[in-house]
Amino acid sequence: MVTAPTSAAPMENTAAPSTLTIKVPGAPAADPGVASTLIEISDLDFYYGAKQALFDVNLRLDEKRVTAFIGPSGCGKSTLLRCLNRMNDLIDGTAIRRGAIKVRGIDIYGADVDPIELRKRVGMVFQKSNPFPKSIYENITYGLRIQGVRSKTRLDEVVERSLRGAALWDEVKDRLHESGLGLSGGQQQRLCIARTIAVEPEIILMDEPCSALDPIATAKVEELIHALKKQFTIIIVTHSMQQAARCSDKTAFFYMGKLIEYADTSTIFMNPANPQTEAYVSGRFG
Amino acid sequence: MTRFFDSELETFRSSLILMGETSIRQVRDALTALVGADIALADRVIAADDEIDRLEIRIDDEAIRYMNLRAPVATELRLVIVGMKASHDLERVGDEATSIARRAVKLASEPALKPYVDIPRMATIAIEMLRDAMDCFLQVDAEKAIAVIKRDSEVDAINRQLYRELTSFMIENPATISRALELMFISKSIERIADHASNIAEEMVFLAQARDIRHSDGLKKSGDL
Repeated sequence: MVTAPTSAAPMENTAAPSTLTIKVPGAPAADPGVASTLIEISDLDFYYGAKQALFDVNLRLDEKRVTAFIGPSGCGKSTLLRCLNRMNDLIDGTAIRRGAIKVRGIDIYGADVDPIELRKRVGMVFQKSNPFPKSIYENITYGLRIQGVRSKTRLDEVVERSLRGAALWDEVKDRLHESGLGLSGGQQQRLCIARTIAVEPEIILMDEPCSALDPIATAKVEELIHALKKQFTIIIVTHSMQQAARCSDKTAFFYMGKLIEYADTSTIFMNPANPQTEAYVSGRFG
Repeated sequence: MTRFFDSELETFRSSLILMGETSIRQVRDALTALVGADIALADRVIAADDEIDRLEIRIDDEAIRYMNLRAPVATELRLVIVGMKASHDLERVGDEATSIARRAVKLASEPALKPYVDIPRMATIAIEMLRDAMDCFLQVDAEKAIAVIKRDSEVDAINRQLYRELTSFMIENPATISRALELMFISKSIERIADHASNIAEEMVFLAQARDIRHSDGLKKSGDL
């Protein structure tokens, strides 16, 4: 059972890389052409107090691939996403009462796993962009500074690499010391993605990252997702069927806390096995 | 849950069924005109080809509009894609019917080379194949579609037999050459109609199972043939 006080604010993406708590030393490097399982969710039952939100979820997520979680509101997809970096620990009364989540074979809810360390490896981008009320530069370097990195050369390198990685560098390179809050919504979301990748996580969780963005900003974030999967394992929760179809390699459909179907995205959108999946992706649900 | 644009999909389906019925009617009438030396009926078949051409354009318009505005996925997407492909085959069926009708007009003014037995038999099979293939569009029945594909060899066999028979007519009596050639072309047209029915049936398997069985290798691999 996992519980945590609500007082601790989610410290997303704010720490520098550390000794890996979930990496298996000597693990073979992933072959870019063949997906290997990075995250293994087995028999997972999750509760908000007395209310069960996830029922017996079994899912294996591929490394350096994009997986989309889809399903109607309240189906448990965001709950499961937040289980992957123990963000639910921050909500009173939440509990995994059965099952396990393993990353590279390590149980992330194990007694020896520090949730803060875990969240360094499993970054998160939220529905609403949430840059710190600081400069663009400080937004990117915040986590590294907390870790004690002081070298300006090192910080400058990370800022440029992260902003380039988030396809934002060209737009902000001349105003790095202006407030991140002065950016447009789409730029702010890409700043948050830059902040996430600055600490070099293995996994990036995205909870409806484009729902507040216009189509142009959405397209930029989707391009970014496509580019980032070369380096990162990405799991995206989305209500946009077209976004799931465009961005993801695999799609998992959830309904009422249960995983209904999980398959290659092309299969989910061309020939889903389950009639509920077909009804949902066709917009006939309800 | 119904959606406000579900009727558009029904309209699309109805257009395709109408095109199938019209094409079948054209083939049947062309054969009736041939066997009965009915020039007026043959002329009506030739004139009615425009109707099929217009239906093809209408179906394409409806499909493109639906894909553009309604972003179909899964079965719906397959339905629209298959519908567009099937309409193309049906348009070609209409062309073959017109070709048969034109030859029927030429043959009507000459004595019959031989009683019409094999050609109506071929045509009956081809029409049944077309009808069964189009039924699959409504019933979404892969087994029935595969049965259609298997019947194509019956038509091919009759075509080959007719070819041999008509060749010997021509060798024995050169005066029969022009009539025998017309009949060979008609036989070939019916054989092509059966091929189009097979194509539609293959698409119906894709509609039912999202499985592409086009070209014989696919069928052999799948163990269905």
